[in-house]
Amino acid sequence: MKKEKLDTGIEKKNIIDRVWKFLASVKLGIILISLIAFTSIIGTIIEQNVQPEKTMKFFVKLFGPELAPKAYVVAQKLDFTDMYNSTWFLSILFIFSVNLIVCSLERLPAIYRAVNEPLKPLNIEAFNKYSIKKHFKLKGNMENAKKTIYPIIKRLGFKTEGERSIGIYQYYAQKGMKTRYAVYVIHLSIIVIFAGAVIGNLFGFNGYLNLPEGSKSSLAYTRDGKQHPLGFTIKCDDFNVDFYGNSDMPSNYTSWLTVIDNGVEVIKTKHIQVNKPLQYEGYTFYQSSYGPIPDNNEVLLVFKVTPKGGKPQFVSVGKNGNFNIESTKLTGKIVTFSPALAFDEEDKPYTYTKMLNNPAALVSFTEDGQPKYDRLILKRYSETWELPDGHKVELVDYFGYQYTGLQVRKDPGVWIVYLGCILMAIGLYASFFLNHKKIWVYLTDEKGYIDIKIAASANKHKQGYEIKIDTLLKKYIFKEKTTK
Amino acid sequence: MSSSEFFGYATMGYIVAMIMYIVFIAFKNERLGFSASIITIIGFSCHTIAFIMRWLDSYSMGIGRAPLTNLYESIVFFVWCLMLGYLVIEYKYKYRFFGAFVTPIAGMALGFVGLTGMSQEIQPLVPALKSNWLLAHVTMSFIAYSAFALSFVTALLYLVVATEKKSEGAYIFWTIAGSVFFIIIAAMGIDYVRYALVEGVKFESQNYLLTSTFLNPNKTITFLSYLVSILIIVIVWHYGFVLKNLLISFKIKTAILDELTYKMVAVGFPIFTLGGLIFGAIWADQAWGVYWSWDPKETWSLITWLFYAGYLHARMLKGWRGNKVAIIAVVGFITVVFTYLGVNIFLAGLHSYGDLS
Repeated sequence: MKKEKLDTGIEKKNIIDRVWKFLASVKLGIILISLIAFTSIIGTIIEQNVQPEKTMKFFVKLFGPELAPKAYVVAQKLDFTDMYNSTWFLSILFIFSVNLIVCSLERLPAIYRAVNEPLKPLNIEAFNKYSIKKHFKLKGNMENAKKTIYPIIKRLGFKTEGERSIGIYQYYAQKGMKTRYAVYVIHLSIIVIFAGAVIGNLFGFNGYLNLPEGSKSSLAYTRDGKQHPLGFTIKCDDFNVDFYGNSDMPSNYTSWLTVIDNGVEVIKTKHIQVNKPLQYEGYTFYQSSYGPIPDNNEVLLVFKVTPKGGKPQFVSVGKNGNFNIESTKLTGKIVTFSPALAFDEEDKPYTYTKMLNNPAALVSFTEDGQPKYDRLILKRYSETWELPDGHKVELVDYFGYQYTGLQVRKDPGVWIVYLGCILMAIGLYASFFLNHKKIWVYLTDEKGYIDIKIAASANKHKQGYEIKIDTLLKKYIFKEKTTK
Repeated sequence: MSSSEFFGYATMGYIVAMIMYIVFIAFKNERLGFSASIITIIGFSCHTIAFIMRWLDSYSMGIGRAPLTNLYESIVFFVWCLMLGYLVIEYKYKYRFFGAFVTPIAGMALGFVGLTGMSQEIQPLVPALKSNWLLAHVTMSFIAYSAFALSFVTALLYLVVATEKKSEGAYIFWTIAGSVFFIIIAAMGIDYVRYALVEGVKFESQNYLLTSTFLNPNKTITFLSYLVSILIIVIVWHYGFVLKNLLISFKIKTAILDELTYKMVAVGFPIFTLGGLIFGAIWADQAWGVYWSWDPKETWSLITWLFYAGYLHARMLKGWRGNKVAIIAVVGFITVVFTYLGVNIFLAGLHSYGDLS
């Protein structure tokens, strides 16, 4: 064929064609996959989104004090300290998406044809070319042979078509054609996940909110401290850390949250934990951290007081407050409080952490103004709750001392990401565990015998398919009939 | 008997089986190979009992959880999956020689557990780890990892059998990769002989890994270790064909090794995608509200995933079939090891529960 160099139209078409072919190639896919894999490593070595001093320190360690500033400038220029959000990295991801789409579009028409092409009957001359082939003879006539063979085809899950000519009968069928689309479902799912991520980044919000016990807020904050109005108010009713036994190993962090919208309590004192967030109006609140507010003066000690023979009552007392034990003349006065009490080697009490790990209150009891006894009451140790007079004073909470750290997120794209994940799971299953199978059974009448040729093929898992056919043949035919 | 006793027997069984498999390959004594298989099965049974007992123990301690939540437990589970996978292959393909290359991986993993002195106690879970997504995530990840480990072995053997010339890139690659594999096992063996047998050390809370050789405080020994390593690589490179001839005498075909590698990846890849990446993302989303945060562990999982995705696609390219694809499978498993251990050892991240301390 002659090349028509003069026709610029064709030349242009060639360029577009070439670009399309390039974008559609598996080779480009592999190059991009490698590129993403190798460049991703950078961000795992250089810590991302940290203060410049930290990065600088790391570079000094790596390259020495002289080269570090230069390395820092280069890293800064190439966005290595925030590389996953950099233009160049996102561009690679974008080209990768384009490659995925073009590559799939390029191959889909052929796959569509392969899926919808009706199966042709067996060309008996080409029998030897099939990857799975069985050949044997059965005694009897055609009808008997058909009755023997048909259950096998059915057990393999095929809906058969038959074809008859003189002295010959043929079954042929295929199934699982649509599994040929599976790979493209996986490709599509990646695009869907990317789309979800992009939507989340553009229209979502990711921030935090630290709420002291008892306080409320209608704002959340971004990572760089900007205010973000929520459109409703969230209140922390209480926060608590549970521990395993008397150890300092936390077993649960729990916040009790109330949502107030237009003055109405729409969600009342719902408890959230790590792995159990609260959702309202597109926002999700996650239990992510907590901490003490040591200088808060509005803290309340909550006691559960049970007079001897009486009913328990809850009393809340300020830092230096008093409380009475009902129907007695006993008054308790808080002398001092420790969020985490321990004793040193000389048995001197001290506070070992600011966290509320082992709350203890020293309470001085008086009767009619006369000092009676001092008691150290610890939340964790029930033996310290009993008073000598048979009353019980349990330390329940130190309210207002802690704040709960909530991660606040609004991500309209997350459902798309989840959808993509489901698509991917379906695609993976179909692509790795299912296949497109074909079978032909060719019966020839040979005077008292029926000659049977079975040909079969599959685009994947051929071995398993053949084993299945062999097992069924053994079960239905070879156990009873004579074979050749 | 306790869970750890059974586990001790399992470890011993695997190591004895490893030695027997290797001797079997060298002398082709069928009876020896058969005994190696029997010992592997006994070791595996002890391992299974140990696993179940540990699970029950956690309930009697009032913690009640599957033994899959810290580094120690995950490695133990990895070895369990690996040996199960191996036994299935041995049964299906009747390839006993294969054991000589799989049991060393088990030995390496178990040696790592012992020598680093990592905590083996049953610890209660911190709140973030109380999630069924996490359980599915961990279980499936390690099933996938063990499938990848098996594909690593078959891919390496493929290269051993398929390469022809000493100057070939693929030949040099396998001799180096194989030597490093051997050197690490040998160095761990030296550690064991020195600490456990000679000095009678109990491995607790102190990291002894490679301290007899590469990490020896004595600089001369460190230097010598590297020198000997280079020597080993050169020797393996020079005499690599001996291993090839041995393998060929077992009538191993490259086509079957290639197919086995593909099959292992085809099992590992979907499980890893679903369990490792998707379930991990769902768990992170439930716990922190971020399904993907590019922390080192996540990123390295993605890198591993990309490697195997690359492997699956490269297999479709004509020019890539054979050696190149096998090299990708070998390197893929190296990224698995890095994702699994390297990130915990070298890089900081969200997944701090896997700390070695």
